[in-house]
Amino acid sequence: MPRRQDLKSILILGSGPIVIGQACEFDYSGVQACKALRADGFRIVLINSNPATIMTDPEMADRTYIEPITADVVAKIIEQERPDAILPTLGGQTALNCAMQLHDMGVLEKFQVEMIGARPASIQKAEGRLEFRDAMEKIGLACARSRLAYSMDEARKALDEIGLPAVIRPGFTMGGSGGGIAYNLQEFEEICARGLQLSLNSEVLVEESIAGWKEYELEVVRDKNDNVIIVCSIENFDPMGVHTGDSITVAPAQTLSDREYQLMRDAAIACIREIGVDTGGSNVQFAINPKDGRMIVIEMNPRVSRSSALASKATGFPIAKIAAKLAVGYTLDELDNDITKTTKACFEPTIDYCVVKFPRWAFEKFPTADSVLTTQMKSVGEVMAIGRTFNEAMQKALRGLETGRNGFGNVPGMPHCKPEDCNAEAVRPHLATPRADRIDWVRTAMLAGMSNEEIHDTSRIDPWFLDQLRTLVAHEQAIVAACGKGMQALTAGFLRKTKQLGFSDRQIAAAFAGKVSEWTVREHRKKLGVVPVYKRVDTCAAEYPSHTPYLYSTYDGTEDEAGVDGMAGAPKQRVIVLGGGPNRIGQGIEFDYCCVHAALALRELGHETVMINSNPETVSTDFDTSDMLFFEPLTHEDVMNVVDRISPRGVIVQFGGQTPLNLARGLMEHGAPLVGTSVDSIDAAEDRALFSKLIEELGIDQPPNGMAASADQAIAAAERIGYPVLVRPSFVLGGRAMEVVYDRAGLHSYMERHRAFSQERPLLVDKFLDAAIEVDVDAIADGENVVIGGIMEHIEEAGIHSGDSSCSLPPYSLSDALRDEIAEKTRRLAKALKVIGLMNVQWAVRGTKVYILEANPRASRTVPFVSKAIGQPLAKMAARLMLGETLAQVGVVERLEPPFFSVKAPVFPFNKFHGVDTILGPEMKSTGEVMGVDARFGTAFAKAMVGAGNALPRDGKVFVSVRDEDKRLIVPLIDRLHALGFEIVATGGTARTLQTAGILVQRVMKIHEGRPHVLDLVVNREVRLIINTPSGRRERSDDRLIRSAAVNHRIPCITTLSAASATIQGMEAWLKKPLSVTPLQQYHGQLT
Amino acid sequence: MLEDGTVLVGRGFGAAADSVGELVFNTSMTGYQEILTDPSYRGQTVLLTQPHIGNYGVTQEDEESPKLWLSGLVVREACEHASNFRSAMELSDYLAQHGVPGIDGVDTRMLTRAVRDRGEQRILITRDTTISDAQLVDKVRKAPKVADVDHVLKVTTQQPYEWKKGYESPFSPPAPVKAGGKRRTIVAYDFGAKRNILRSLAACGLDVIVVPATTPAAAVLERKPDGVFLSNGPGDPAICRYAIDAAKVLVKKLPVFGICLGHQILGHVFGGKTYKMKFGHHGGNQPVIDLTTGKVEITSQNHSYAVDPQSLPDGAVMTHKNLNDNTCEGLRHKELPVFSVQYHPEAAPGPHDALYLFKRFVELLDGVTV
Repeated sequence: MPRRQDLKSILILGSGPIVIGQACEFDYSGVQACKALRADGFRIVLINSNPATIMTDPEMADRTYIEPITADVVAKIIEQERPDAILPTLGGQTALNCAMQLHDMGVLEKFQVEMIGARPASIQKAEGRLEFRDAMEKIGLACARSRLAYSMDEARKALDEIGLPAVIRPGFTMGGSGGGIAYNLQEFEEICARGLQLSLNSEVLVEESIAGWKEYELEVVRDKNDNVIIVCSIENFDPMGVHTGDSITVAPAQTLSDREYQLMRDAAIACIREIGVDTGGSNVQFAINPKDGRMIVIEMNPRVSRSSALASKATGFPIAKIAAKLAVGYTLDELDNDITKTTKACFEPTIDYCVVKFPRWAFEKFPTADSVLTTQMKSVGEVMAIGRTFNEAMQKALRGLETGRNGFGNVPGMPHCKPEDCNAEAVRPHLATPRADRIDWVRTAMLAGMSNEEIHDTSRIDPWFLDQLRTLVAHEQAIVAACGKGMQALTAGFLRKTKQLGFSDRQIAAAFAGKVSEWTVREHRKKLGVVPVYKRVDTCAAEYPSHTPYLYSTYDGTEDEAGVDGMAGAPKQRVIVLGGGPNRIGQGIEFDYCCVHAALALRELGHETVMINSNPETVSTDFDTSDMLFFEPLTHEDVMNVVDRISPRGVIVQFGGQTPLNLARGLMEHGAPLVGTSVDSIDAAEDRALFSKLIEELGIDQPPNGMAASADQAIAAAERIGYPVLVRPSFVLGGRAMEVVYDRAGLHSYMERHRAFSQERPLLVDKFLDAAIEVDVDAIADGENVVIGGIMEHIEEAGIHSGDSSCSLPPYSLSDALRDEIAEKTRRLAKALKVIGLMNVQWAVRGTKVYILEANPRASRTVPFVSKAIGQPLAKMAARLMLGETLAQVGVVERLEPPFFSVKAPVFPFNKFHGVDTILGPEMKSTGEVMGVDARFGTAFAKAMVGAGNALPRDGKVFVSVRDEDKRLIVPLIDRLHALGFEIVATGGTARTLQTAGILVQRVMKIHEGRPHVLDLVVNREVRLIINTPSGRRERSDDRLIRSAAVNHRIPCITTLSAASATIQGMEAWLKKPLSVTPLQQYHGQLT
Repeated sequence: MLEDGTVLVGRGFGAAADSVGELVFNTSMTGYQEILTDPSYRGQTVLLTQPHIGNYGVTQEDEESPKLWLSGLVVREACEHASNFRSAMELSDYLAQHGVPGIDGVDTRMLTRAVRDRGEQRILITRDTTISDAQLVDKVRKAPKVADVDHVLKVTTQQPYEWKKGYESPFSPPAPVKAGGKRRTIVAYDFGAKRNILRSLAACGLDVIVVPATTPAAAVLERKPDGVFLSNGPGDPAICRYAIDAAKVLVKKLPVFGICLGHQILGHVFGGKTYKMKFGHHGGNQPVIDLTTGKVEITSQNHSYAVDPQSLPDGAVMTHKNLNDNTCEGLRHKELPVFSVQYHPEAAPGPHDALYLFKRFVELLDGVTV
């Protein structure tokens, strides 16, 4: 049966900004849906507030709304566009929740919009805890014993029945927000209170703890004829108790017999039928008691999920694309298997390799956050690796993480910890309590002589996994022994075995105690002919020929399937794009966006595009995006192996963020033909001394600065420059370990915490420019000429990381003269650096003086935002420049003043890290961003705020508490708020200042002054907006508690004066006129 | 050592013996023990495409027959320490106990592609490292082909017996038919029957009498059964004349249900032909479309021969076909209460999607037309 003819226009909901638990996997699924449905002739209306997505590129949909994903806004879009159907199952929990709200508000009914993919009743059944349990009981499936509670009293009653330890799961949240395991009553009270708060319907489930059981997940797809298939089974390395997003996971399931697996399969199918997901993908999670095989259903997501993205990449079966097709009436047996092209999509993929997914956390960014892994997801990204065996895949995953690991253990035979901690007693607590480094402790436990039984008893990790890993530990001894005899002892046979176990050249080099580099090992290995082959991910374990070069490396056998030898295109046509690896704070979807654009541009030019990346969430690792996909870690070794294999004409390192840039010199020195800006130019921009010299020559000012290889040097530099100073290590992204220091004590404290600096990696000390305006510029150049892509004025003042700052394009307060000066100096710099491709420069403006803060000759985080704001695909254009075209040929137009304002606002993960301070600084903490677009700055800013989840109030109380320096400046702002009808509440000094200025203000007590105090007001949600600028020198505990409570109670909290000013401007605009919605295509139509 | 001269060196496990078999690959990701004990693999060496094999050990409960019938086992990595509470023995010991050699550490994907592209061929597993490649090739080529031997006669029961066990394992699906209907007796021809077929029949409330493959029709009729079942089994159906002859008589008198080899035999009975496929279907993910309902079931399959639908006369109707290659997956007779499927509704290993066919057989016995 062909597609439904009664549907013409479909509204697709995106997932909004990247947050923990909801990342670029939904861009991947959304892009697949848009492409698949447009190819079928549907008119696609899309909403997503996230500008860094491929899906919000204007060519992906007929009408693209970059607007906040709230029910009110979507209702407006529905009214304006009148779609026939809404597809909510591809945009994560955000889309599902929004669609349910639209349904509940009666909007869908009013405008006769059909919900396709999943119906409201099914969503309700799957998401409502009680409904779900009843449904499972009906089909004879066991769930963990549990009780629902809607209040603390009910929760306590539930606990009486369930007992401790208990799992607390809030209803209708994503990524398990607010959930956790309580081992004592105090924890129970805390977690329940938080859960009730975060749940959309104030619901928590108190559940028996099945921590320690084996955990599994099945990806299920169903069509309207009730054909059901299982795409992939996934087994968690970390047992129950750790959120699946924080677990190391393995596909396919490894320790289930066929009998057990088939019962799980039956259960998953019964589940999707009973819940009634008519068409599309779902995932069902199970727990199995390892002692007796008892199986329990944990939960089901009636939508495409992070796991389905993983399953798609792990098997080659594009779940989201198929789900979209099924939603419009196709059946599985009508759709083709894209990889084999000869068989149908109605089958179950079988895989002849092993896939390991490893999460990547960002605890280093939140030192005060609890780093224990629980049922609430905390990781910000993940890496996937494919090998023929578990060990090969696991080691690839570990080195692909870019967390300083070269595999399972960095130095063969040596523990990862201090030698004195390498004993069972010291290791055991690290095995029992899961943290980001548990895998390292598993290895150290083995080195310390602990048996698999002991390790299993403490960690509950399945003995099968431990047995595999023990093979690696045993082989380490063989490596140590061989290397002890010198390089010639590494025979071809021994090296092959070592490589089959997944060991990297770096690990082998490390066994020579630093005397040998990975390059030497590599040369030796190549001489012996020990090189990897590339095999295909083909959905069918080679039963049918694959026509899609989706490849992974392995040292298994000698048969290579890359298929490059007999291919028509000459090798010089091939261009490699290096991806960005796992998402982390500071390097995420924006860079993937650029990589995808590069691949598309090169394909349009007729090149054969080759993607290398290890991140399963992304569009770049869709086998459809490039001509060849190598799913590989981004290390020198793995990239050079691909270069050797396919002899590319060019390798692009500019788009994947810092990851490929860090590889650039090594790749170039070993013969990889890099294209674009030269490595020397990259170094000239990164190396402080070279850079200072260059800009001096160019007549560009820089804040006074210095470099230090020791503590004494650092103090001398700081005192020469004068406090406050900005200190940071060199060669980092996302402002890692960057801080503003106000005095010598502060500098000492900083150096205590960050000892890792040296002659090679010096500490950078810059004058901190107080109260300056920061400006970001993206430019594009062909080596001779330069075009300014966009100038963005930050809303927060300098000192807050550019990734954490809101910004406006065009600038909203800069004079034309300053703007022109910045543009001109950017051009000068780009020319001097002979930039070919993209460059990002950060400037600070203090008064009328312009200082350069830093320059990065690569694609920046803001490229997608700027591209959308100016209607030109900068990354695509840059890719063409790198392959030799000129700016004129590419046709880029400089548009410094678009006729509308685009505002970018960051989104933070503070709600996942209970108790951490929300104050912003030079170290980046945001995970994602949203864009607000409007003809006026105020409205654009308000849209961005709403899109970022800060519900701006229309009335009620505003709490104000500012530092002394801001007291004078805050008065006119508060006056405006007051004029808008808001009641003003303030403490001590701020209240006095406002009163003196004649503003009616209600004074509340500080926390130590007695009760009710300001915190009570926040907790009771009596205030609707908080303006709290902290004193820079030391964090006052009151401020900190207020900000933290604001996060927990979802009250917008503004921490800088400039943001307060912008927000009030936004509220004024918003209160005067309701928000209107306009598609991007219409905005771009205004650009001529 | 393959027939075409390819030599691979790996690590031996299981029995320390040499063997020759026709190499087939199976793409199931679970269920190696069921595969090892499936009599249909007699004469064949099985390659499993899932790289890690042996992970959950072996247990008596999962045996599909009392012994291992295949010639040898080829895997990427054989697990030494199983992890599953049901496991009673390690895979390697199990193979050794039954005298079957295994080899691991070889590139199973390359071998799979060789079979896919060049068809099934004989493979020798040997521990003799002194022998020359030429001698090895000679040895392989001299070994009998599957088609040369009537393997059914080697695997069938010598004596009739009653099968009473239903789904006794706690890890079984619910019975396809609720017990409590009228008790009926069927005769099951054992061409190499998998136990889960017999368990499935018994679980449906049937009294099952298992008889040797060569039992003449008259001997079956003497037992006055309500129906006849034709089992799966190894080898070429065309050489099982005795079975085809017996079935020719029985289909006219009683409801008959055939699975796999039983299905191919019915193909011959209806007047059709069978042919050897290039590399057959061996796995648990084969999509089969029911041509009557349009619904697709994911099936467990293990066959190298197939019924040629072009050869079928008017009396036979193709009821199911393979969605991937359009081969014949199911038959029924236009008038007679006779039907069969090429795939394995009893699963073991594989999905349970087709268990309903046992119900269909019971309904046939009850007089409800298919």
